[in-house]
Amino acid sequence: MFGNILIWFVIIPILMMAGLGLCRNNGMGAIRAVMVVGSTALLALAIWLCVDFLGLRAAGIDDEMLYRGSWMWYAPLNIHLAVGVDGISVLMLLLSAIIVFAGTFASWKINPLPKNFFLWFALLSTGVFGFFISIDMFTMFMFYEVALIPMYLLIGVWGTGRKEYSAMKLTLMLMGGSAFLMLGLLGIYWHSAPEGGELTWNILEIAHNNAVDPTWQNLLFCFTFVGFGVLGAMFPFHTWSPDGHACAPTAVSMLHAGVLMKLGGYGCFRIAIYLLPQAANELAWIFIILTGISVVYGAFSACVQTDLKYINAYSSVSHCGMVLFALLMLNTTAMTGAILQMLSHGLMTALFFALIGMIYGRTHTRDIRQMGGLMQIMPYLGVCYMIAGFASLGLPGLSGFVAEMTIFFGAWEDVDFFHRAFVVAATCSIVITAVYILRVVGKLLLGPVYDQHHLQLTDATWFERFSTVTLIICIAGIGCFPNWINETIQHSFLPIVKALQTAI
Amino acid sequence: MDLNLLWYLVPSVVMFACGVYGFVTRKNMIAILISLELMLNSADLNFAIFNRFLFPGSMEGMVFTLFAIAIAAAETAIAIAIIINIYRAVGSTNVLESNKMKH
Amino acid sequence: MGITLPILILCLPLFMFLLLGIGGVKMSRKVAGILGILGMGTTMTLAYIVAFTYFFSGNPEFIIDGVRQQYQVFDVTWLAFTPKLVVNLGFLLDPISAMMLVVITTISFMVHLYSWGYMEHEGGFQRYYAFLSLFSFSMLGLVVATNIFQMYIFWELVGVSSFLLIGFFYRLPSAVSASKKAFIVTRFADLGFLLGILTLSYFTDTFNFVSMTSNPMNVLAETGGATFMGCSVLTWAMVLIFTGGMGKSAMLPLHIWLPDAMEGPTPVSALIHAATMVVAGVYLVARMFPVYCVVEASMTFICCVGAITAFYAAVVACTQVDIKRVLAFSTISQIAFMMVSLGVARDYMIPGEHYSGLGYMAGMFHLFTHAMFKALLFLGAGALIHAVHSNDYTKMGGLRKYMPITHWTFLIGCLAIAGIYPFSGFFSKDEMLAAMFARHWFWGAWMTMVAGLTAFYMFRLYYLIFWWEENPEYEHHKPHDAPWQMSLPLIILAAVSCVSGFIPFGELVTWNGAPYHIHIEAPVAATSLTVAVLAILLATVMYRKKNPLPEKFRNALPGLWTAAYHRFYWDEIYLFITHNIIFNGICKAIAWFDRHVIDATMDGFAKVTQKVSYSIRGMQSGNVQAYVLWYFFGALALAIITLICII
Repeated sequence: MFGNILIWFVIIPILMMAGLGLCRNNGMGAIRAVMVVGSTALLALAIWLCVDFLGLRAAGIDDEMLYRGSWMWYAPLNIHLAVGVDGISVLMLLLSAIIVFAGTFASWKINPLPKNFFLWFALLSTGVFGFFISIDMFTMFMFYEVALIPMYLLIGVWGTGRKEYSAMKLTLMLMGGSAFLMLGLLGIYWHSAPEGGELTWNILEIAHNNAVDPTWQNLLFCFTFVGFGVLGAMFPFHTWSPDGHACAPTAVSMLHAGVLMKLGGYGCFRIAIYLLPQAANELAWIFIILTGISVVYGAFSACVQTDLKYINAYSSVSHCGMVLFALLMLNTTAMTGAILQMLSHGLMTALFFALIGMIYGRTHTRDIRQMGGLMQIMPYLGVCYMIAGFASLGLPGLSGFVAEMTIFFGAWEDVDFFHRAFVVAATCSIVITAVYILRVVGKLLLGPVYDQHHLQLTDATWFERFSTVTLIICIAGIGCFPNWINETIQHSFLPIVKALQTAI
Repeated sequence: MDLNLLWYLVPSVVMFACGVYGFVTRKNMIAILISLELMLNSADLNFAIFNRFLFPGSMEGMVFTLFAIAIAAAETAIAIAIIINIYRAVGSTNVLESNKMKH
Repeated sequence: MGITLPILILCLPLFMFLLLGIGGVKMSRKVAGILGILGMGTTMTLAYIVAFTYFFSGNPEFIIDGVRQQYQVFDVTWLAFTPKLVVNLGFLLDPISAMMLVVITTISFMVHLYSWGYMEHEGGFQRYYAFLSLFSFSMLGLVVATNIFQMYIFWELVGVSSFLLIGFFYRLPSAVSASKKAFIVTRFADLGFLLGILTLSYFTDTFNFVSMTSNPMNVLAETGGATFMGCSVLTWAMVLIFTGGMGKSAMLPLHIWLPDAMEGPTPVSALIHAATMVVAGVYLVARMFPVYCVVEASMTFICCVGAITAFYAAVVACTQVDIKRVLAFSTISQIAFMMVSLGVARDYMIPGEHYSGLGYMAGMFHLFTHAMFKALLFLGAGALIHAVHSNDYTKMGGLRKYMPITHWTFLIGCLAIAGIYPFSGFFSKDEMLAAMFARHWFWGAWMTMVAGLTAFYMFRLYYLIFWWEENPEYEHHKPHDAPWQMSLPLIILAAVSCVSGFIPFGELVTWNGAPYHIHIEAPVAATSLTVAVLAILLATVMYRKKNPLPEKFRNALPGLWTAAYHRFYWDEIYLFITHNIIFNGICKAIAWFDRHVIDATMDGFAKVTQKVSYSIRGMQSGNVQAYVLWYFFGALALAIITLICII
């Protein structure tokens, strides 16, 4: 079992938690040491996995999932701890590792109760990594819940503003989504053996048998898609996102927007679309309407917000809406674009929230009306903020552009008027994005200094620089050399697209 | 006069109803305990009666009644011990006043 | 040709950007300035070598039987959307890209040199040079694009460089809002461009220019006669792509950003907003020229947009007081001239015309000459602003005595743009007008009128700056010519403007690579010269010395004058739409809806749950006696139900 590299993605965070348990409550040195060692190990492991995976693929190993392993967990219900990754999961693991790494540095001076904060933080990472390596629906769901619950405490205890309200709202809405999801998963499980064999939770087995009864698929598709869609901030289930992000501490916002919201998108195609292809073909239009609304609606809402975090939360609604929107186009190019958008949005939003945290830590306000001309005072953070903004509005050379273009070109492949109209509406969001990004940049960074007290503020410290540079390098890396990622993702989508085509 | 089942059951029910009424309305713990005993005893009575009329050959009902009486005695002892302790702690045997755990 | 030089041409400015952008903080101004100028100088030399090799080496890669070829130096895969639809990054050499290499690097180098003097006392000197390098890189990438998507990539990058440079003085709110406006307006236009690319590439399955333009009828055939809302899909695609060009080239109604873009440093205006970036739209049409020719409607559209814009901008330019704004509107007008010229050209023979591709050649020729003399005029304006510290001509007047170099070079620029023999503008304008007259007398007559207006407002500007009456403030602060770094580019560009008309442009740049022998069309030349001279005379009469004549004219047509002064209220209309309708109407409504309807619904669920719990929580009183009562009644009810059921 421990010979499987994937298991270590779960074991390392657990070891980190054990290590943290041994630290004294305020022994910052030891706590940081554990976190840095652990997150570096995770990052190294993710990079190694990525390189090794590409090596195996290059060597012609063409299995759908690699590094597979399966261990019986609860025999009466046939629940396994089954792991395996394809290109998409590998990239998602890499993304999560990068953001956990950057998040560790972004919460360098977390206060109060640093030990407990990092304990929950590590537990959350366990859930996230576990989710991406699982190919058994039950373990996947379990890790999903493991990732959600710590959020309540992380926001409720270490947040700012109306933190109890937001934490409660976020948790309840996501739990509501989970309820739908559980129904959907159970439904898939009960229909996983149409010829009366043993029921299974294993995604690959279900998909290969095309097991689920077509008459049940529509209902189950709605359950699973809505269940994951809530986490993917799909309209009208997105309202946890603005409040939740606004109140969460920096690292949690980073991890939440950067990785946790990706769980939604990932689940949507891995379970809802892959396992229920007939329903996906049939019902995609409903969700295209909803996600299309998300894209434009989020962007318009972001235009009038005055709180930096609200702006980014609504921008996330728009961008994550784009992810689901692209997935529902059900063709390789658009779905590849969706994954690129997940990666891009993950990195970019993490950078945004990190920077907002840093700015807030200095000015003690997030209201853009109370700030101005920060570029003169903290040029480093200002430049980073502009880079994040440019990535968000899709500047070539940064990741957002690659993702959006892939989505648009993929989505354009559907010829009928309905799809085209929605694609045109979605493309309009790039203009609106430019409007709200430049509005923030103009008010916050440029122009004269608004508050003379701000002149005393200092620029970024070394650990802040480290955290932001890591993310910027990744953003620019994807933006400049997208093709290897693109090919990896496209290859991973082959079985899913094949399932969709045979299901028509 | 033929003593059929009904002659025994009616007092039993009356007794049970008295027990219920007392249990719900009385505020003194001792009184509540007495009402409880009334209900228990009416149930015991039922056991004995049904055994006698329906299954005259067997003795299980009778045995069970004896059991119940014994347990009721033990239970009463514990209950009174608790009540005494409550009285010591609160200074009253009124149920409405022993609500410290609610707050 | 090896790939080293082309790659260096692109990478050197990029490297300079990264070097100056990241390391600039640690450099002194002098080092940064010298590095920037050296970098650009090297790039210019390399670009000259490449362009001259292309035009004059006679290498069969570049020219076969006298016909210039399109040559892809390299073309590497960047991103594969689908197996067929692949985005490449490459380097395409053909007549127009080689010409643009020369134009961009020359002007950019001049501006680098000039800025060393002009920006001497400004903060953020290193950042300025970094942005200039970024712009040069993006613009070079745009012109050498082998495919339309690469063009789009660099198109966005020049947009951002322009944003950064317009907002260079980011402490000024006016500069910030101007840069924002420029970016958003062009972004909106780029949306059209993107949709156009989407539509076009859906049918062609390729982005590559060479394969699209070498067989444009194929493109038409691939659309299979599909139509949308009464127009063929190809027309839609080409018009949408042209929308991108309209945004970048500031065509009506997307012109509003360019006058405001003058908030940037003046050398930047010369480089980006006069000579290079704003002609990207013209370049785009020229690039896709054979495909445009296939759809007649799109060509007509281009002509109409160009003609209206040219006239509009010329009228507005007659009334502005800010010298940079006059030049900005003049730029809009001249670019529109090129657009019309392209719009009247065809890639097939039209009966009665000796060469139907003349408009293309003339448009490119004018692009070249215009870049030179307009950069000259802007840099001249920069020298004036440097001396007087104001953009307003009312603060100038009588400057010819104080600033002789600026005066003479500015005069050369004015003569060139007015189209006076033998300055460069005359030749290119004459070719353009000849092409327009050949197509239809209306285009010719209309644009001759615009040419007349051009001559008038340029000389109005010239006289108001250098003649009219002296500003009494010169007593305290005597204006003088700029330092050599600034004067040298002026002199060089003036010299180029004097001689570049004699370049045998038709031999070098034509739409199909086959040479065309320029000869001056006497009637057209005579007409345009006459009109220009008359307009200059009128300007001389009105503005040479202070006199009440301009005031009288203004009072004679008060409505027209005010409207033109306010640029026919376009900005107000846009402000109303964006601010009142989109921002206050749509955005605020949606934000309100989100908080008060959707979020309130979600909170409503929680509230209802809470209310219900509160209302039933009384039952959980902790009072055992009450529980027993409930239990008793419950049991009783159950018993009764059971009884009823049994009976």
